[in-house]
Amino acid sequence: MATRLKYDEVEAGTELPPLTVPVTRATLVQYAGASGDFNPIHWNEKFAKEVGLPDVIAHGMFTMASAIRVVTDWAGDPGAVVEYGVRFTKPVVVPNDDKGAVIEVSGKVAAKLDDEARTVRVDLTVTAGGQKVLGQPRAVVQLA
Amino acid sequence: MPLDQSFVGRTYPPTEPYEVGREKIREFAEAIGDANPAYTDQRTAKALGHPDVIAPPTFPFAITYRAAAQVVNDPDLGLDFSRVVHGDQKFTYIRPVHAGDRLSVTCAIEAIKSMAGNDFITITGTVHDQYGGHVVTSTMMLVVRAAEGE
Repeated sequence: MATRLKYDEVEAGTELPPLTVPVTRATLVQYAGASGDFNPIHWNEKFAKEVGLPDVIAHGMFTMASAIRVVTDWAGDPGAVVEYGVRFTKPVVVPNDDKGAVIEVSGKVAAKLDDEARTVRVDLTVTAGGQKVLGQPRAVVQLA
Repeated sequence: MPLDQSFVGRTYPPTEPYEVGREKIREFAEAIGDANPAYTDQRTAKALGHPDVIAPPTFPFAITYRAAAQVVNDPDLGLDFSRVVHGDQKFTYIRPVHAGDRLSVTCAIEAIKSMAGNDFITITGTVHDQYGGHVVTSTMMLVVRAAEGE
């Protein structure tokens, strides 16, 4: 049973458990179907290369969805997220092999924002192949 | 041609309601590889104080993005979608989306900027439920890359 993390148990600098997310072409096809985003740059290598990309790339929204899992797993209640924003700075290139790509997510509490509202800001770091793929990925979370 | 600044502030009519189903949430959660039981198990969701299973934080994008087609395809605005890249995305939540919600989106153009031949257009999607309650606002910045030769 899920329990909600308490504001008093958290300090600025607290590190969240990191997460590793493997991404293959199959992952992207499944995400396309579930999200309704069928842009061919996410599944058609020929098309992706024609528009100047190195290969098929992951949906930015897939990466954004993966990154916030670090926060929702930690907070206990995914409904605790009150604000979440990212910039899409680098694509996650997903080659057509059995390995695909790997998204690495880590996060830490950057600040306790409001003792009354029990909100904290979490800053995330999201990389693939050793490079940051999201700019300023941040969430504001309301704890118990 | 840069996008017309006079479109800033333009608001589009609310979309027909999108009904959020439990199985759609499950499908989405599986697609992002997220096994959090709040998305699939009603008992867990209720124990956390939600009326039904809730949707992952980025789920509303599927609805707001579809709604933004009104802006993207507005012939008066004349945006060339083949040159569009998703630049930034932000969500501000009043509460999480849950199964049973009937969500309507009101899109507005918040900002248009031009730099080095690229256009940057910020579109907000304000999401309301069937009772008129504000659920979440999506703020999406699209980059329209300069056409070749410009």
